[in-house]
Amino acid sequence: MSLDLWIEVILKCVVVFFIVLTIVAYLVLVERKVLAAMQSRVGPNRVGPQGLLQPAADAVKLMTKETVVPEEADRNLFLMAPVVSLVPALLAYSVIPLGSHINLFGREIQLHVTDINVALLFILAMSSIGVYGIFLGGWSSNNKYALMGGIRSSAQMISYELSMGMSVIGVIMLAGSFSLVDIVNAQSSIPFVVYQPVGFVLFWIAAMAEINRTPFDLPEAEPELVAGYHTEYSGMRFAMYFLGEYANLVTVCTIGALLFLGGWHVPWPAPTWMSPLWLALKVAALIFFAIWTRGTLPRFRFDQLMAFGWKVLLPVALLNIFVTALVMVLVD
Amino acid sequence: MQEQYLPILVMLIIATGFAAVALTISWLLGPSRPDANKNETYECGVSPVGDARERFSVRFYVVAMLFIVFDLETVFMFPWAVVFKQLPTFYFLQMLIFLVILTVGLVYEWRMGALDWNTSRGKMIWRSGHDKAA
Amino acid sequence: MTEVRTMLEPVPSEPGLRTKTYTLNMGPQHPSTHGVLRLLLELDGEEIIKCIPDMGYLHRAMEKLAENKTFHQFTPYTDRLDYLSPFHNNTTYMLTVEKLIGIEAPKRAQYIRTVGCELARISSHLLGLGTWALDVGAMTVFFLTFREREVIYNLFEMLTGARMMTSFARVGGVAADIDSKIETAIRNFLAYMPDKIDDYEDLLTHNRIWLGRTKGIGIFSAEQATALSLTGPNLRASGVNWDLRVQTPYMAYEDFDFDVPLGETGDIYDRYTVRIEEMRQSLRIIRQALDGMPEGPYQIDDPKITLPKKEDTYGSMEELIHHFKIVCEGVAAPPGEVYFAAENPKGELGFYIVGDGTSHAYRLHIRSPSFISIGALPTIVEGRMLSDVVAALGSVDIVLGECDR
Repeated sequence: MSLDLWIEVILKCVVVFFIVLTIVAYLVLVERKVLAAMQSRVGPNRVGPQGLLQPAADAVKLMTKETVVPEEADRNLFLMAPVVSLVPALLAYSVIPLGSHINLFGREIQLHVTDINVALLFILAMSSIGVYGIFLGGWSSNNKYALMGGIRSSAQMISYELSMGMSVIGVIMLAGSFSLVDIVNAQSSIPFVVYQPVGFVLFWIAAMAEINRTPFDLPEAEPELVAGYHTEYSGMRFAMYFLGEYANLVTVCTIGALLFLGGWHVPWPAPTWMSPLWLALKVAALIFFAIWTRGTLPRFRFDQLMAFGWKVLLPVALLNIFVTALVMVLVD
Repeated sequence: MQEQYLPILVMLIIATGFAAVALTISWLLGPSRPDANKNETYECGVSPVGDARERFSVRFYVVAMLFIVFDLETVFMFPWAVVFKQLPTFYFLQMLIFLVILTVGLVYEWRMGALDWNTSRGKMIWRSGHDKAA
Repeated sequence: MTEVRTMLEPVPSEPGLRTKTYTLNMGPQHPSTHGVLRLLLELDGEEIIKCIPDMGYLHRAMEKLAENKTFHQFTPYTDRLDYLSPFHNNTTYMLTVEKLIGIEAPKRAQYIRTVGCELARISSHLLGLGTWALDVGAMTVFFLTFREREVIYNLFEMLTGARMMTSFARVGGVAADIDSKIETAIRNFLAYMPDKIDDYEDLLTHNRIWLGRTKGIGIFSAEQATALSLTGPNLRASGVNWDLRVQTPYMAYEDFDFDVPLGETGDIYDRYTVRIEEMRQSLRIIRQALDGMPEGPYQIDDPKITLPKKEDTYGSMEELIHHFKIVCEGVAAPPGEVYFAAENPKGELGFYIVGDGTSHAYRLHIRSPSFISIGALPTIVEGRMLSDVVAALGSVDIVLGECDR
């Protein structure tokens, strides 16, 4: 690789990283504001105009907090676990395209850090690694609530990971590629949600379970498990779990938009610089839907959650693959 | 080919670096005044009874086995799905047979109660799973 | 924690590697124990094997304090019993004192008390429902119920001068009269509230997850419920038609036409539907009470019991002496003992007072419905999962201030 390519890659990584971090930080505020509006409250409005500086205030507060390590905890694992949770969540963005391309400084810049041919598998793998952070955090705390949260989370994640993996197989069959860029380009005329409505619903449900969102937020169900796996965490390490969780939310919403909703394709002829905006709009709509769900639904019980994953989602996902394959064979 | 993966390495370095910097700043700025009460394991304000790391039942063993079986299935399906368009119909039938075998397995587990968490039959299965694990 | 070890039976150990049960403290500092309740749970994985409620973290020796306070001085303490419906506690307590003295407050006072009590019932059910829904994960219901509770608190502020700790009841009546401004405000509330109850129902009643978390779980059969001496909505959800407002009418309840909602199976869901319907019935009662509000005094006209008008004390020696005696010594009650119970939002709240001829209670005992409900909790959670504990705990609707006294 030549030097300017290196510079481009590093610059892109840094830019994507900070974009993601900013989005995640503000997502917390957005969620609080949207939920507040749904619940006839105002939401945070003290720090800065309309509470817009709230994320900064939170960051400063969490940075200056003491890290309390429980006496009985496995110290090294306890200190490391949040990093294990956060890093894969951020790493997933290295393969997520954020638009087609733009022209800057006289050269065409692709709006993705890298386009590997197994991007989708890479993202699934990263979300699997993320569960280690949660489970290690829960186990190393030596706290029964945390341990139970960790166990719930690993059982839940492996159960729903199957359905999530299977729900995207239909899309892979249609696009014939794992590369997210190829998949999006395959949807230039019609988004895959039209061909794969069941797949989209399955993906969405499994993804919400995968990232512990309501109604699947059992690993941190605070009325039962106090705070679940991060009960013992404080300060910056707590913030890392928090960031990781919201980064995952943005990830699955972006993946959902890329795989099913046509990604950055604008339905009318438009300049390429509009593509990231159009993608952001779709992602924002999905994120809003996730927040809306949180404001509406109660929480499953653990056995109901497992039963739903194994007895409903998995058979339906298998059926979806079968039907997709059958229709594709017949149409051929 | 491999240079496509280099940006991931760059991203890994940036993300880990961010984590390290954030933790270092927090370590520098945050107070550190541990005391016996603060460092006690939280259990709703009273001293915990026993250790959290005892061997207790989570009905997890069978679910883990099921997961491995079906995750392998998914792994087999991924490459099939990528090239599905180019394959002749015969390969569809092949995958169909594979799917049917696994579905039969799922139905068997379901009927044996391995997917039940609350019924007495389900508990029996889980329990025996634990004994085998031991 | 040796005392814990001895409280729980030892787990029989078998040879070989076996899973073990373990003890978990749920509370006193736990988000869903509705105060400082501590549940000692013996768990096998997530399944509850044994549940021992440990109460008393909020004990304030109320019954002993009552022996050193005049009847009026004890009223604010009753506010702190079930602090979600203080109006009820004051009124029940005063009705007991009135029974001991052998007087009855005038009709208008009884109507005002009824209005206040039913408002407090709605407010208490709202909080019970909101926190319970929050425990099951439906956070929006919690904020919506608090919005309506705020309206009720405003009404209490207009009526009694206090938002929460009303201390409104007096021996022989109430502290102040109800005027047209308050009446209009309450009528506005009556028009406003039914839609809001429908809102909660929209969010919960047909919600599949809510049904899954509540239907067929935590069942008290009618026999069990009576044997455990449950009262109030918890008893009626099991299908037992027992409402003190109907069985032993007090205040002005016999003048009003209202239904007593009953459940069928006695599961968590039935306790939910009963409470929702009770709120609607309370609105009916308040409307009837406002419509039929009789004219007349709001305190009985007895100088030994109620304070004279302030301006009268300036000109009349008699009135001044009465004022002085009531303020300094309190209202004296004849020797004797009485028990009186009223239908509180949480169940039957009873006061047992032994009088010795002074203005103090010689002995006062409180029959606390929350105490009984917590005692009944282990029967419905043992053998269920950890998540069911919070749903069941929310459904029996306890308040620790009253339980621990």
